[in-house]
Amino acid sequence: MADAKRNDAAKQQPESASRREFLHTCSLAGPLLLLTLQSTLLEAATGTEKGYQAREHRYGMGVDVSRCIGCGRCVDACKNENDVPREPYYFRTWVERYVINSAHETSVDSPNGGIDGFPGITTEKSILRTFFVPKLCNQCDDPPCVQVCPVGATFSTEDGVVLVDKDYCIGCRYCVQACPYGARFIDPRTRTADKCTFCYHRITRDLLPACVEVCPTGARVFGDVKQRASPLVQFNRFHKIHTLKPHMNTKPKVFYADLDEEVR
Amino acid sequence: MPQQLTRLLIVFAVLTVGLAVSRQMLIPKTFGERGHYRAAAVTTIQQRAVRYAGRQACGDCHTDIVEIHGKGRHQSVACENCHGPAAAHAQSPVDNQLPAPRKRAYCPLCHGYDPSRPTGFPQIDPVSHNPMKPCITCHNPHQPEPPHVPEECGACHGGIARTKAVSRHALLACTQCHATPIKHKVTPRVISPDKPRSREFCGQCHAKDAKSPSEIPRIDLATHGGRYLCWQCHYPHLPEAN
Repeated sequence: MADAKRNDAAKQQPESASRREFLHTCSLAGPLLLLTLQSTLLEAATGTEKGYQAREHRYGMGVDVSRCIGCGRCVDACKNENDVPREPYYFRTWVERYVINSAHETSVDSPNGGIDGFPGITTEKSILRTFFVPKLCNQCDDPPCVQVCPVGATFSTEDGVVLVDKDYCIGCRYCVQACPYGARFIDPRTRTADKCTFCYHRITRDLLPACVEVCPTGARVFGDVKQRASPLVQFNRFHKIHTLKPHMNTKPKVFYADLDEEVR
Repeated sequence: MPQQLTRLLIVFAVLTVGLAVSRQMLIPKTFGERGHYRAAAVTTIQQRAVRYAGRQACGDCHTDIVEIHGKGRHQSVACENCHGPAAAHAQSPVDNQLPAPRKRAYCPLCHGYDPSRPTGFPQIDPVSHNPMKPCITCHNPHQPEPPHVPEECGACHGGIARTKAVSRHALLACTQCHATPIKHKVTPRVISPDKPRSREFCGQCHAKDAKSPSEIPRIDLATHGGRYLCWQCHYPHLPEAN
């Protein structure tokens, strides 16, 4: 009898062991299941599958001054992409040439924004240093142009781009005066304010702004200021960064690397 | 209720309704949805047409060019930089042909000498660098490399090699004019290469009836220069441009 009982116990042992194993697996599977559920729930909450989500982005641009060759292709591409009038008074972006001579006098020129190239430098004194600086709307986090707009026709979007509502703008030019960077102009056709939009119609479709797309030397870098994997964050980490007119407290989102003190 | 109070109430009611109605009519529909602006404006701006197709689009068809372009020194230059906005071309390639800048004026926008350009960026003086010829005669814009004089000659005649490289004769091999015995490399002072000895040699390209491309300048051998050889007046390694 006793032998038989022991045999039975021996037979049952593997079964009880498998139950323990089963419970063990269950205890592991629980948290795993929770994790997967949580991620799907999170996805549903933030809506990653719903296409473009403005709140997840915060756009900025980096400009490497030491790489700019002043070819003006960015200005040309901007005018093509955004239907900017071809006359040499209207620019969403333009390239400035700085010439600092041996007497430390600075002269800046930008003939036709740099589209047709730059003429030879005419200075009687010898050149101390000279370079090109591409300029555009700085897409400030604290934009003076938005503050002064009397009708709410210019505004900061949720992804940090300052846009102009052409159908609502009354063309009063307050914003043109308020911009410390001279980045705004009045479109002669609509008589409303216009400015760089970071090519908002392109960046929301996962394309680069036209000026960044055509820059032959990679002097312009575009990306998200928030996401760690963005090229802009890398650019800002590996360069000494300056912004234009920081004392204006506009918090610009166009970051300049190797910027000469004459420009600041 | 006193009469004056009723009148006042009526005036108030009319004002309130008037305000509500005018607000409804004057303020645009989506105003204030996301902030102090018309939310619909963002959508309008977002829906603008894209003109520049982006780098990926070109590789879908032009695989051969994209492949050599990706290996060369111009790999950071986007196709649309020279060929212009290509979104319409990508949609219907036959109806929208893209231009290619073949004129000499285009390349110096980047490569013309300008002291403001960063040091080390390849630059030329458009006035003296092989004048009049379009850049693409010598340089393939998809894979630009400076034209090389054969190393065999340039090793000793470096000055001539550099001069010739920017001249209108850049594409002519040294041996086109100088018949060079192989022993010239061993004993250069004893066995020297040949030089053109007759006016007819230059006339093969430059005579009135020569069968050479039409852009090559022509002269009348009978009346031009008299009894002198061509290279006694014109330096063949850097011939002047007219």
